[in-house]
Amino acid sequence: MIKAILIFNNHGKPRLSKFYQPYVSISPRFNPCSLLLIGGSDNKLIYRHYATLYFVFCVDSSESELGILDLIQVFVETLDKCFENVCELDLIFHVDKVHNILAEMVMGGMVLETNMNEIVTQIDAQNKLEKSEAGLAGAPARAVSAVKNMNLPEIPRNINIGDISIKVPNLPSFK
Amino acid sequence: MSDIVEKTLTALPGLFLQHQAAGGSGVPRVSVSSRLGSLIRSITALTSKHEEEKLIQQELANLKATVSAPGTTLDLQSTNLVEVCMALTIVSQIFPREMIPAVLPLIEEKLQHSKEIIRRKAVQALYKFHLIAPNQVQHIHVKFRKALCDRDVGVMAASLHIYLRMIKENPSAYKDLTGSFVTILKQVVGGKLPVDFNYHSVPAPWLQIQLLRILGLLGKDDPRTSELTYDVLDESLRRAELSHNITYAILFECVHTIYTIYPKPELLEKAARCIGKFVLSPKINLKYLGLKALTYVIQQDPNLALQHQMTIIECLDHPDPIIKRETLELLYRITNAQNVSVIVQKMLEYLQQSKEEYIIISLVGKIAELAEKYAPDNEWFIQTMNAVFSVGGDVMHPDIPNNFLRLLAEGFDDENEDKQLRLYAVQSYLSLLEIENAFYPQRFLQVMSWVLGEYSYLLDKGTPEMVLTKLYRLLMNKSTTSETKTWIMAAVTKLTPQALSSKTVEKIIQEFSVSLDTCMRQHAFELKHLQENVELMKNLFLVDKSCEDLVVDASLSFLDGFVAEGLDQGAAPYKPHHQRQEEKLSQGKVLNFEPYGLSFSSNMSSSGYTGRQSPAGISLSSDVSGNSAETGQKETNSLKLEGVKKLWGKEGYLPKKENKAKNNPELQPVPQDSTLMENVDQMMIKKEQSQALHHSEEEAEKQRLASTLFVGLGSESAVSLLGKTDTVSHKFRRKSKVNDTKNRKVTSAHNINCSSFSPLSNAPYEDNNHLNNFQDKGDTGLKKCSLGSEFLESSLKSDSLTELDLVENLSVCNLSPSSLFEDNSMEIFHPPQPTLSSSATEISLTSSLLEELNEHVHSDLVELCNNEMITVSSCKIWKDDSLLLVWMVANKSNLELKSMNLEITSTENFKILEHPGFSFPVIEAESTTSIQHCVQMEKPFTEEGLSGYVKYQMEEDPCIQLEFSLTISLLDFIRPMKICTEDFGKLWLSSGNDVKQNVKMPDSQANLPFALKTLQQKLRLHIVDIIGNEGILACQLLPSIPCLLHLRAYAGIVALWFRSSCSTLPDYLLYQCQKVLEES
Repeated sequence: MIKAILIFNNHGKPRLSKFYQPYVSISPRFNPCSLLLIGGSDNKLIYRHYATLYFVFCVDSSESELGILDLIQVFVETLDKCFENVCELDLIFHVDKVHNILAEMVMGGMVLETNMNEIVTQIDAQNKLEKSEAGLAGAPARAVSAVKNMNLPEIPRNINIGDISIKVPNLPSFK
Repeated sequence: MSDIVEKTLTALPGLFLQHQAAGGSGVPRVSVSSRLGSLIRSITALTSKHEEEKLIQQELANLKATVSAPGTTLDLQSTNLVEVCMALTIVSQIFPREMIPAVLPLIEEKLQHSKEIIRRKAVQALYKFHLIAPNQVQHIHVKFRKALCDRDVGVMAASLHIYLRMIKENPSAYKDLTGSFVTILKQVVGGKLPVDFNYHSVPAPWLQIQLLRILGLLGKDDPRTSELTYDVLDESLRRAELSHNITYAILFECVHTIYTIYPKPELLEKAARCIGKFVLSPKINLKYLGLKALTYVIQQDPNLALQHQMTIIECLDHPDPIIKRETLELLYRITNAQNVSVIVQKMLEYLQQSKEEYIIISLVGKIAELAEKYAPDNEWFIQTMNAVFSVGGDVMHPDIPNNFLRLLAEGFDDENEDKQLRLYAVQSYLSLLEIENAFYPQRFLQVMSWVLGEYSYLLDKGTPEMVLTKLYRLLMNKSTTSETKTWIMAAVTKLTPQALSSKTVEKIIQEFSVSLDTCMRQHAFELKHLQENVELMKNLFLVDKSCEDLVVDASLSFLDGFVAEGLDQGAAPYKPHHQRQEEKLSQGKVLNFEPYGLSFSSNMSSSGYTGRQSPAGISLSSDVSGNSAETGQKETNSLKLEGVKKLWGKEGYLPKKENKAKNNPELQPVPQDSTLMENVDQMMIKKEQSQALHHSEEEAEKQRLASTLFVGLGSESAVSLLGKTDTVSHKFRRKSKVNDTKNRKVTSAHNINCSSFSPLSNAPYEDNNHLNNFQDKGDTGLKKCSLGSEFLESSLKSDSLTELDLVENLSVCNLSPSSLFEDNSMEIFHPPQPTLSSSATEISLTSSLLEELNEHVHSDLVELCNNEMITVSSCKIWKDDSLLLVWMVANKSNLELKSMNLEITSTENFKILEHPGFSFPVIEAESTTSIQHCVQMEKPFTEEGLSGYVKYQMEEDPCIQLEFSLTISLLDFIRPMKICTEDFGKLWLSSGNDVKQNVKMPDSQANLPFALKTLQQKLRLHIVDIIGNEGILACQLLPSIPCLLHLRAYAGIVALWFRSSCSTLPDYLLYQCQKVLEES
């Protein structure tokens, strides 16, 4: 199981952290080997270094070390595809997207998808949805809440009391 | 680059602010991103960490509420694929456990969804549920099977996570699936999957890894299941062309599986070749995995290590610490008696460079284990352990020094060798202590001081004085902790008998008897007293007896005299903790229906006489007094004490029989520094040398090293050489009989010796209860003072208080060693009986008899009359509802008394509830019988004598009659009445008989609280309320006549105002009040 995924830059500043289990802090020193062992426990840190970023996966013994190394590669390549030449700034400004990509790859600490194209397809579908919502409400910030409101059946349901002829299903057709 | 990033980050809050402005205020629900914006804004606005934490916690609570809100559930029901996907992702990320039942049906439904991505995520979500709450998803295990057979590979792959987990927990339950897994793997390896699943033209590598792991788990120790997997494993190995990193991952997994399942020689051979590819790879990650593979392969096939020995040697000097560590782990597993010294040296070298605590702890443990198992000679062993102690210091596992000391103490089969080992240890420690300004960890110092204390007698040259000087220097060292000082002090104490009238010891005593450290002061005093009694000291600190079981008198009978003294002065007998607890609980009860009489008398007759004729006629063993509190609670215990031996004598310690042969063999002088120790020392000072040692080694050197490292691996039968198999015999075998406590005996011995010098301080404190005991004693002492007007005079209160203080002091000092006494291995030994004065015995008798009645306050046992044959004593028990008189008739003679008769003359003032006469048919020789009477008052009085007589017959002699009388006071019938102020008011108005009186009190004490306290304590009046300088009290005369008292204090005068329904009671009570107030 993957316990945590962390991204640091060369100065040790965290750029992304995703924990699949409550975790204690760690302060590793990176060695040539892509592997670090954390004191005493079953956990290992497996990392890869790309340009200014360290991608660190904390896993337990049920994961294959080399498998995780390639998973990092898949992750980075996917990021690269989605952001077109990914750099550290992308991770800062689009942290939500990075999280979405990660969510498609790893779900609840388990590897879900390792096919880059598959992940990109999912992300694209999400982007499309977001964009269509953006067209509806104008500002992306408001779009989310507006769509949420539309999906909240409370308002129509309240109307429905006593009058069954008004139906909810016509609402989703907006999307 | 980094600068830009930082600048951008600082600009972020501003950006969000803009968003907020653009967003306008018409949004009914705060949108997600603006919420993030406002969160960031508020965080940057905060000043303190505390506020920040508060904010984050609030945010978390909000988030939780959002998640558990029906939103997620609704999204799950959405027809939009993306929304469902999102909902499932959220479910698997942060879903609260309590919500699982609500969404479970929805997610189960999703398992049938037409889109594979939804099915896959649903499976993952269910897996998450399985992890959080396995019980709630038990019914869907069938559905997992369906998922495994899903037409989509993605869904099947997702279900493998679940199966890997469940098979790990219980492999036998899923053996039937082996076939399916094998088929899947075959298809994957055979390239039957869509090209989508290829990664660098390897078909679904992660899926393969997963499947291989599952097969490994299933096939472990199971030839039949393993049989099924051989083919596909072979295929996997063959297909894995080393084109990419990921193939290595699959290969590694293959090798791992092949070595896990039931072995097949051909496969093993192929796997071994694969390992070679890893180990020889220039890529550091692969090398690491190769070493890792070797570590577990080596147990099955040690020859494999031989093939790669040169690589392993190279890895030993690898700059990457992880590689080095793995190599050492490998070496640790191939250690045998021949290569142990080289391997241990390598480990020590690594240890010098390592800073991480965890590495030090684990490595030190391994070294100690290897040293103990395979040590080639004593010298090496001691030196290695020295290195372990100095490097491992205070972080290492406490078992290591303990085991080491035990090993030294217990020795091996060969006496002579033991001596050599010990001697060498002593010598090496002495030389280590010789070094000026050397710093050793505390643990090491403790080990040293123990060994020096125990075994420096083995030195043929050099006096104990020399050792003592060294210890003294350690003691005076500022960096020595107080725990270590205690160890050193113990060593000094042990050495003292060998160095009588040593100046150093004098110095130490002087130095530490004024120490601020109470523990040290205690030890210093002990030492001082011991020194005054050389004979005892020599008996106590026998040479080389650390392994002999020290025998401790757990019954503490040597304290009898002290206890008797205490009881004599009116102290209450000891009650064990649990009994006191019970009493506290049962205090609320008004009536006690427990049959006192039965257990009481049975206890009496059993009060163990141990066939010893005492001049006093009656004497009770301390065991009785010690145990009676417990035994008294049981109904039948008459036989209980018969088997108990007398265990303790005045000396407190019995010299053991053996006087070990003094014929010390020729002690060879041991070289003071061996290469190993030198090594360590040097490393401690300068590391470079050891490194230089490394780098300067030529290829030939490496060869030599290899030959030393791998010696004994190939040629001999492998199994016997492998350290991990249990059959390996330890070089230093432990004697089985000896138990854990051995090496801690030192301090316990230290403790026991106290018994010889002062009656008070010699109590070896078993736990903290004794303290309570004394406190209790103090408390009941107080109660007694207040009640038993006749027995009041005793100065017990102050006595017990000072005792308490003393005891407190001592017990504090003893806290650390006291834990030693809880070791159950100590035998109880028994020295001659203590001779007790007859009064003392009687008191211990009382204590034993009255234990069962202890929930009530009672008076001391008072001797009423006696002659040369019998003693009659009595004791009052102030029960809540009555006065109980207990009569005890003790037969002091060694003859049977017949037709014993105890008669009480009835008076008009008393009513005796049991029939006044009582006859014991027979009182056996040297035994005691008791009866009890419940007494009720008919008419109030101040004091009244109760008289009676005892008649008995001895053999054929005529009857002898003995008269006695006992004073009963009004106070014996006064009990506090617990009422509230309101009731008091009502009662006050309804009571008619008034008595008023002013009492003068000494000026200094004429205040209300004092008067109230006095009355409460001495007369047991209940304080109802205190208003200003007035107080109201209430009591009742048994059976139920209330009496109320109003009390006002002013200018040295206390005005008393009694009211009661009984006409005479106020007068009598006033008399008593006056008495106690004026006395005070």
